[in-house]
Amino acid sequence: MIEKALKGSKKYWLWVLFLLSIIFIGFLCYLYQFKVGLGITGMSRDVSWGFYIANFTFLVGVAAGAVMIVLPYYWHNYKEYGKITVLGEFLAVAAVTMCLLFVVVDLGKIMRVFNVLRFPTPNSVMFYDVIVLNGYLLLNLICGWTVLHSEYKGTKYPSWLKPIIYLAIVWAPSIHIVTAFLYQGLPGRHFWLTAVMAPRFLASAFSAGPALVLVAALLLKKVANFDPGKKAIDSLAKTVAYAFIINVLLFIFELFTAFYSGIHSHQAPIKYLFVGLEGHAEWVPFMWIATILAIVGILLLVIPSTRKNETTLVLACIAVFISCWIDKGIGLITGGYTPTPFETITPYRPTLPEIGITLGVWAVGFLIMTILYKIVLEVKSSKELVVKYEGVLYKK
Amino acid sequence: MAIKRRDFLKLTGLTLVGTAASAAVGDLLTRGEVKAQEYATPPEALKGKRWAMVIDVKKCKEGQKKGCGKKCIEVCHYLHNVPSIPDKKKEIKWIWEDEFEHAFPEQTDEYLEEIFKDVPFMLLCNQCDNPPCVRVCPTKATFKREDGIVMMDFHRCIGCRFCMAACPYGSRSFNWFDPRKYLKKVNPEYPTRTKGVVEKCLFCYERLAQGKLPACVEACPEKALIFGDLADENSEVSKILKERVALRRKAELGTGPAVFYLID
Ligand code: SF4
Ligand code: SF4
Repeated sequence: MIEKALKGSKKYWLWVLFLLSIIFIGFLCYLYQFKVGLGITGMSRDVSWGFYIANFTFLVGVAAGAVMIVLPYYWHNYKEYGKITVLGEFLAVAAVTMCLLFVVVDLGKIMRVFNVLRFPTPNSVMFYDVIVLNGYLLLNLICGWTVLHSEYKGTKYPSWLKPIIYLAIVWAPSIHIVTAFLYQGLPGRHFWLTAVMAPRFLASAFSAGPALVLVAALLLKKVANFDPGKKAIDSLAKTVAYAFIINVLLFIFELFTAFYSGIHSHQAPIKYLFVGLEGHAEWVPFMWIATILAIVGILLLVIPSTRKNETTLVLACIAVFISCWIDKGIGLITGGYTPTPFETITPYRPTLPEIGITLGVWAVGFLIMTILYKIVLEVKSSKELVVKYEGVLYKK
Repeated sequence: MAIKRRDFLKLTGLTLVGTAASAAVGDLLTRGEVKAQEYATPPEALKGKRWAMVIDVKKCKEGQKKGCGKKCIEVCHYLHNVPSIPDKKKEIKWIWEDEFEHAFPEQTDEYLEEIFKDVPFMLLCNQCDNPPCVRVCPTKATFKREDGIVMMDFHRCIGCRFCMAACPYGSRSFNWFDPRKYLKKVNPEYPTRTKGVVEKCLFCYERLAQGKLPACVEACPEKALIFGDLADENSEVSKILKERVALRRKAELGTGPAVFYLID
């Protein structure tokens, strides 16, 4: 089946080449970081996690979000998702791979990464995160690949897969709950110390993940003649809308708690992010962009006519995706570290090599997604050909 | 140096043989966990159940007025090969001076600020009773010893910096670069670190094992830093804390800091 990825149009190869060149640049940046140390990034003693962990956190959500397609299809037998379910599963594969890469490039001593397995430490949330992320990667790879392979062979997937599919479904929220626990159990980081963190993570995951699948599916429809089905798109759009509104609501609840209670330390990070604090306003424009995108996204998603229109729907999904990325990526991390434990402010800005490495990891993810999606498309279209040759009567 | 290293290797060898022999039986019972008692502390070592430090900030202020030159910082950082990195954002520090409003941000008001205006607060790892840094470390590279010291194994740390996110006191530093470039003088008795690992004050565990007090405590001419065992009723620290008013940083977080600041 893998050979399907090796044959393609000129456009396909150009896209692959483009991704490969970004990966190459990212790799060069990484070699530089490897040699000199993490000091080449904008991180500091006070803001000791940055862009890498921000992207990691966001992408865990994207990965978990795929379950919003897989679950209705297998659990509720929602047939409309038949065509895009495997897209969801393979999106999860690409996203988790990026997550793992982001953790790895963030380590000071990469050669020692297996210390996490050599000295298993059950009191560390990181220990569980490693388990659930790798497990999720494996589960999705198995499910996606086996189902697709059966389709390729023209059979139904083997029955042993059913329990694994169910396991993958219940597994999905765990990756994001555990990732939220990385943050929400730390004393003294006021922005993170909230029970709403895990639900908020899930809500943003269940909007950003399906939003990306939606954009990808509609893109494939344009460039590769792939038809996801009108009903599937409409249902998915509703999922994005509901989940994203819940996400925004949860954030507003945070605002209420911080500002009605009047507790200064709970307000400080929010003020820093949205209006600036003590003359520091590094991320204010970004947070307002996220806010505006969120409003635009919600409007386009709740108004039926714009939701049903493919162009405005894609715009809405992109708005939701970027809004989540800013809010849960960079906003979450810088907000957690600002103010510092000394109630001072140390600004953080990613450096060029840091951004290079980040883009490189994203390109790896997109490359994986491209290859897997290419295989999916080839398999599905080859099936259509068989139908066309066997019977004279065929749909469409 | 060469002889010392040989002695050290011999010692390690002996310990290994000893451990292997006892492990043959012990493994069955302890499932491979190494018992702390098997490491024999040298007879001259200072022994305690809960090491703690009391810092008399007024005395410290006097010392600085007389021109002590912040000996505690200087000696600690030299003895432990702590590099001096000019870039504030990437700096490494084990013990440093800060103002009241930064050390106790949640207690600050204008009156206290005025009272403590020129009073130096020496900050260092609090060797917490219930250390969040230890809780989150995924490799046990940071762990708590039986005497309360929160230790670091520089050779196990993977540099994930989870502990830095967890420490509510900003006590930990990360080696963003190769620290050796920033050492003017190297103390051969203590290991240097490599880039990519976290480090912090370790309450001079290596000096305690030789029967010596922590370097900063010994260096302070004013005796503003007092070290001792809280578990011992008659230790100097226990006695002082019974009589005078002391604050601990962010005690409300439940971390149980073992560094006290005398403020009366
Ligand atoms: S002060 Fe920070 S580094 Fe030191 S033991 Fe407490 S939590 Fe850990
Ligand atoms: S940086 Fe090192 S000591 Fe800190 S949590 Fe990670 S492995 Fe443990």
